[in-house]
Amino acid sequence: MSSFWSIWIIALTVISLVLITWLLFSNRKITGSKENQTTGHVYDGIEEYDNPLPSWWFKMFVVSIVFAVAYLIAFPGLGNFPGLLNWTSVGKWEKEVAEAEQATAELYKGFMATEVTNLASDRNAMRLGKRIFANNCAICHGINAEGSYGFPNLSDHDWLYGGDAEQIRASINQGRSGVMPAWKNMLDNNGLEAMTQYVKNLSSTGADSTTPAGKQFAMLCAACHGPDGGGNQMMGAPNLADNIWLYGGDAGQIKQSIANGRNGQMPAHHDKLSEEKIHLLTAYVYQLSRPSR
Amino acid sequence: MDAQHPQPQYDYDAVRMFTVMAVVWGIVGMTVGVLLAAQLVWPVLNFDTPWLSFGRLRPLHTNAVIFAFGGCALMGSSFFVVQRTCQARLFGGPLIPFVFWGWQLVIVLAAISLPMGYTSTKEYAELEWPIDILITLVWVAYAIVFFGTIMRRKMSHIYVANWFYGAFIITVAVLHIVNSLAVPVSLTKSYSIYSGAVDAMIQWWYGHNAVGFYLTAGFLGMMYYFVPKQAERPVYSYRLSIVHFWALVSVYIWAGPHHLHYTALPDWAQSLGMVMSLILLAPSWGGMINGMMTLSGAWHKLRTDPILRFLVVSLSFYGMSTFEGPMMAIKTVNSLSHYTDWTIGHVHSGALGWVAMISIGTIYHLIPVLFDKEKMHSIPAINLHFWLSTIGTVLYIASMWVNGIVQGLMWRAYNSDGSLTYSFAESVLASHPGYIVRFIGGCIFLFGMLVMAWNVWQTIRNGEALSKANRSAEVAA
Repeated sequence: MSSFWSIWIIALTVISLVLITWLLFSNRKITGSKENQTTGHVYDGIEEYDNPLPSWWFKMFVVSIVFAVAYLIAFPGLGNFPGLLNWTSVGKWEKEVAEAEQATAELYKGFMATEVTNLASDRNAMRLGKRIFANNCAICHGINAEGSYGFPNLSDHDWLYGGDAEQIRASINQGRSGVMPAWKNMLDNNGLEAMTQYVKNLSSTGADSTTPAGKQFAMLCAACHGPDGGGNQMMGAPNLADNIWLYGGDAGQIKQSIANGRNGQMPAHHDKLSEEKIHLLTAYVYQLSRPSR
Repeated sequence: MDAQHPQPQYDYDAVRMFTVMAVVWGIVGMTVGVLLAAQLVWPVLNFDTPWLSFGRLRPLHTNAVIFAFGGCALMGSSFFVVQRTCQARLFGGPLIPFVFWGWQLVIVLAAISLPMGYTSTKEYAELEWPIDILITLVWVAYAIVFFGTIMRRKMSHIYVANWFYGAFIITVAVLHIVNSLAVPVSLTKSYSIYSGAVDAMIQWWYGHNAVGFYLTAGFLGMMYYFVPKQAERPVYSYRLSIVHFWALVSVYIWAGPHHLHYTALPDWAQSLGMVMSLILLAPSWGGMINGMMTLSGAWHKLRTDPILRFLVVSLSFYGMSTFEGPMMAIKTVNSLSHYTDWTIGHVHSGALGWVAMISIGTIYHLIPVLFDKEKMHSIPAINLHFWLSTIGTVLYIASMWVNGIVQGLMWRAYNSDGSLTYSFAESVLASHPGYIVRFIGGCIFLFGMLVMAWNVWQTIRNGEALSKANRSAEVAA
C-alpha cells in the first residue's frame, strides 16, 4: 500500500477513535444530575428522561476503546505499521504448517525406502494412506474410491491413465486433464444418433465397422479411442468397449458426450502434499484394485 | 402544545398496506425458510427441481424475510412514527403510493427471478441490475417522503426514533448503490465492477452494514417509538440516545472485515474490523439499555400485556446477539465459528429474536390504531404467539450453537499423523439431529405467524370499533 493510503487509514482510524472517545466523555453527566428529570420534549405523548449514562456501560465502552488502541499498537491495523509483535496471518499459518510437518516428518520418511508394490501390503502404511486419501481424494472419488459421475472409480481394473505404480504416482503428482472435443459441428443429429448407437454397440452386441457410423468412428474417434474403441491410456482416452462409463452409459448421456465433449480435471498434488505422503497415497490407490494383496 | 397545533389528519393509507403486507410476506418468507430447513434434514425435498433447489430458494428466503417482511415493517412503521412524532402529515403525495407499490413490485420480481436462477451472486444483494435500479428509485422516493415529513414537523427537535430511521434510509441508499455497481451484458446478466479481495470487502461492507443499518438502526427506530408508547413510560436517557446513536452509526461502518478473517483480505483490514466490532458492543447495548430501562416503573405491565412482552423479549435477544457478534468477530473465536452453523444461529437470534419479534410487537400495536379498533381481536392469541415465537427461536439458535461448535471442533481435529480426523461428510452426519431441531423450531415460529395472521384478519374484519371516548382521546394524543 502506498504511504498516502497508509496515512489515510491511520488518520481515519485515529480520528474516529478520538471522536468516539470525545462523544463518550462530553456526554458523561455525573455531577448535578437528578434521576428521572425529563428533557421537556414531548413527541406524540412520549417524554425523555435526562438520566446519566449507566456507569458500568460507560466503563465497558472505555475498556473496549483502550483494548482497541492496545491491539492496534501490537498487531497490524494502522496502515503499513506492522505492529510491535510483527504478527501476520500468513506467518502464523506458515509456522503452524512447519510445526505440523516437523512433528510428522519422521513418521512418513520411514516409508520412502519401501517400494510401492510392497508398501501396499503394509497394514500400518495403508492406514496412513487411507487417511491421506480421505482428506484429499474422497471428496471427488468417494470414501471407498468408488467414484461417481465424472470421477473415475479407483477400485476397479479400468484405468484411464494406467494402473501401474508410476502411472498412478504421475496422476497424483501432475494431475490429469481429460479433454474430449465436441462433435456437434461435425455430425448432424442423425449422425449423432447413429454414432451413439455405434458406441453403445461396442460394449454390447458388437459394432459393425462397415456401417456409415463405423466409418465415421474410424475417421473421428479411433485416433484416440482406438479402432475397436479399446481406449488409449497414453492420452487418457476411455475404453468404450468395456461397459464402464465415466459420464453415464445410456443413449442420452453418450450422445451428450459426443455432441458437446467432456472436460475432466484431476488437480496436481505435488505442491499440496509432500513427496512422502504422495508415495504412501500411490501405494494406497495401487492396492485398491488389488484386494487380494 | 395541542392547542397551538391542531391535530393534522395523518395519512395512514400506506402504513395500513405496509403493515398488512408485512404479515403476508413474513409468512411467505418464513415458509420458504422452513422448506429450506426441511431440505437440510431430507434432501429429497428439492424434488430434483431446479427452482425448488436450496441454492435458488436460499436467496429467496433471505430476500423475502429481510426486504419483504422487514422492509414492509420498517417502511410502514416509519411512515407512522414520523407523522406522529413530527405532528405532520406525510409529505410527497403520489410518491407515497409509489413507495408502496414499487416496493411490492421489487418483491414480486425477486420472487420470480431468484427461483428462475437469475442472480448477481452477491449475498443479500442477489437481484439483477434492472431490479437494483427499481430499488434505487423506490428508495429515493422513500427518503423524500420521510425527510420531507421531517421538514414539515411542528416542533424544533427531531425525536430519536427518526434519527435511527433517517440513518437507516441514508446509509442503505449508499450501501445499495455502491455494492450493486455492475456492467450489464443483457437484461438478466451483469458483472460486478469489483473483483477479488476488493469485491469481497465491498460485499461485506454492504453485508455487515445491511445488518447494522437495515436490521439494527431501522428496528431501533421502531423500538424507540413503540416501547415507550406501549409501556407508557418516558425513554430512559436522552443522553444515552445521543451517545449510542452517534457511536453506533460511526463504528458499524468499520466492522465488515470481520466476515473475512483469515482470507486474502490484508491483515490490517481484518484487525480494524475486529477492534471496531469489539467497540461496537457498548453502542449496541446502549439501545437495549434505553429500551429495557424505559420499563422501570412499568415492569408489572409485562404480566398482562403480551405486546409489551414481545417488545421487551426482542430487546433481550438484541442484547444477546449484539454480545455474540463482537465475540465472534475476535479472530481466534472466528477461526472456530466461521463457516459453521453457529453463524446461522447468530443471524437468526438477531433475525427471529430481535427483528421479527420487535416487528410483531409493533404490528400488534399498529393494527387496532390503523383500523380504528378498540384492541386486537384476541389477546390470548397474542400471548400464544409470544410463546410460540420464543420457543421457536430458542430451539433454532440452541440447535445451531450445538451444530456450529460440533462442526468447528470436528473440522479442526487431527490425528497424530497430521491427517484430519473427520471427513466433511461426517460433520454433516453429526449435524443431522441439530437440523431436525432447527426445522421443528422454524415450524413453531411459522405457526405463530399464522396465529397472528388469523388475529389480524379477525381484528380488521370483526374487531370492536373504537369507542367514541377513545376516538377523541386518540385524536387529542
